[in-house]
Amino acid sequence: MTQISQVGAAPVPSGERVPFEPAEAGGPPGTAGDKAVTGFSHTVLIIWSILVILPLIWVLMSSFKTSSEIFASPFALPARWSFENYVNAWTTAGIGSFFLNSVIVVACALILTMLFGSMSAYVLARFDFPGNRVVYYLMLAGLTFPIFLAIVPLFFVLRGIGLLNTLPGLILTYAAFAFPFTVFFLYAFFRSLSKSIAEAAAVDGAGEWRIFFQIMLPMARPGLATVAILNFVGLWNQFLLPIALNTNPDNFVLTQAMASFASQAGYSVDFGALFAAVVITVVPVLIIYLIFQRQLQGSVSAGTNK
Amino acid sequence: MTTLTTGVSAPSEVSSAGGLRRIGSARWRRRNLTFDKISFFLVFLIIPVAFYVAFVVSPFVQAAYFSLTDWTGFTPTMNFVGLANYGKLFTDDTFLKAMGNNILMAIVVPIVTLGLAMFFATLVTVGGSARGNIRGLRNSSFYRVISFFPYVIPAIVIGLIWSQIYDPSAGLLNGVLTRLGLEQFESFAWLGDPRTARWAVMFVIIWGLVGFYMVLFIAAIKGIPAEVFEAARIDGAGRFRTAISITVPLTRDNVQTAFIYIGILALDAFVYMAALEPGGGPDNTTLVMAQQLFTTAFTKGQFGYACAMGVVLAVITLAYAGLVFAAQLIFGGKSEVGE
Repeated sequence: MTQISQVGAAPVPSGERVPFEPAEAGGPPGTAGDKAVTGFSHTVLIIWSILVILPLIWVLMSSFKTSSEIFASPFALPARWSFENYVNAWTTAGIGSFFLNSVIVVACALILTMLFGSMSAYVLARFDFPGNRVVYYLMLAGLTFPIFLAIVPLFFVLRGIGLLNTLPGLILTYAAFAFPFTVFFLYAFFRSLSKSIAEAAAVDGAGEWRIFFQIMLPMARPGLATVAILNFVGLWNQFLLPIALNTNPDNFVLTQAMASFASQAGYSVDFGALFAAVVITVVPVLIIYLIFQRQLQGSVSAGTNK
Repeated sequence: MTTLTTGVSAPSEVSSAGGLRRIGSARWRRRNLTFDKISFFLVFLIIPVAFYVAFVVSPFVQAAYFSLTDWTGFTPTMNFVGLANYGKLFTDDTFLKAMGNNILMAIVVPIVTLGLAMFFATLVTVGGSARGNIRGLRNSSFYRVISFFPYVIPAIVIGLIWSQIYDPSAGLLNGVLTRLGLEQFESFAWLGDPRTARWAVMFVIIWGLVGFYMVLFIAAIKGIPAEVFEAARIDGAGRFRTAISITVPLTRDNVQTAFIYIGILALDAFVYMAALEPGGGPDNTTLVMAQQLFTTAFTKGQFGYACAMGVVLAVITLAYAGLVFAAQLIFGGKSEVGE
């Protein structure tokens, strides 16, 4: 907790501010003991990597098989590589439209929570006003209590304002639950930024709005990127809020659609399409991850080193 | 939490040179309020926080109140029943079983996950040569990238993948085991047998989380100054001794944060169970409190009772976090390494 000032260093991906970067070449040659340890390390890590990757490859392979092939043998390659399962998953099961719902909900919620979260964090970090601490502890409470405690009253709050089972209702809820984390993280970030620039701008006559949008927000860009990535992953994977608050099948988001598709597949036994749906869900995120993996891993360590 | 706020405010007060700061706060006296400032405060703080209170804080408070009523949600009236719901909870065998399962998971999952993650992180960072500079393993970024994969897969999808892998006849696991000659597993139901179900689901959660914490710990270990390692090495500490006496104590804060995150997750575990064991598993061996809460509320309509479960879940979560902090205080002091 006391290390929070490290968050200010978040812009640098963790791998680049290391005091001892593993030296790939040079140095004295390793002894026999070194070689044994290195060999052992590689063996252990390779076994774990296989354990991670094998299930994913198996899912990919199975997604091309027919249901009878899936039941015949878990190993056999499909007789012919066809995209029929993918077509079924996309159209019959409607994964395409649920994918779109997820994109809409997560994108809107992300914009809302990033905008208002950064504003509130900035005000909390820069100004001392009565109630500052109260707001801060409210954020902390929202981070600590399990969502499950809130879920029943939340259901009736949304029903009361007529937003139950609607995408806008879901967007507002997502944004609200991502808000405390966003504020908490960016609070530390804004604290680490120098105040003198904002004060210089104020002396030059810039209003508070301008100072925030033209000076402070651009300066906070690395922190914003980190929080946005972490929020995106969290919201994209959100499961409890949609299954409790969004039970209209037309409005399903991807995660709940996958769960409901899997329980239907149990009866109609279209396992091929289920595997294809899993691949459709995983591949886009995995590609984004492989492109941004350095930033994402940097974000993870920045976000949790508090 | 107080450490956090003081830790943050101290440097910034030092950084802003005295005079400037005083000018800055003077501008905030009430008589200086202009439209710019009023609108600024309204839009930047009051509206977002009001919205947050309505959607997050007020449901928490309402839940505590509802837990003291017999509310079913669809009647306009609710009767205040005091602590009757709680009395009922602690004689409800199903709920107590779920609570026991959750507590077991909150012990096993963090220890195994963080143990493995720390082990792998140590191998990656100091698995290289023991002479000269401390060296990491060659090509270690490969392992890091692969291990991190599960973090970007939604938990519900991880659950679905593993429910297929565990499938008694067509699943990958029994396929591999029978191929290795273990015929007794030919159609073994991993998720259907009370002896294996809870370990099978815990394995899935661990599988999904190890990579995330491994990356976290790698970053933490790389943050330790290299001199500390070299000094230990010059003093003759071997790899094992270095890991126990240097790495673990110096990444203590990260380990503590990780324990809290992962413990909260294990006390929830709803999403994994929804995919793997929606019915609570054989003999309810994998039933968790969150599942029981969800069914009680949205299937049976006993909202007051469900809210009492939510309060119990919250209390256990807070108690868990308190325990982790207490453990830090008790065991933290004596492993202090020169910082």
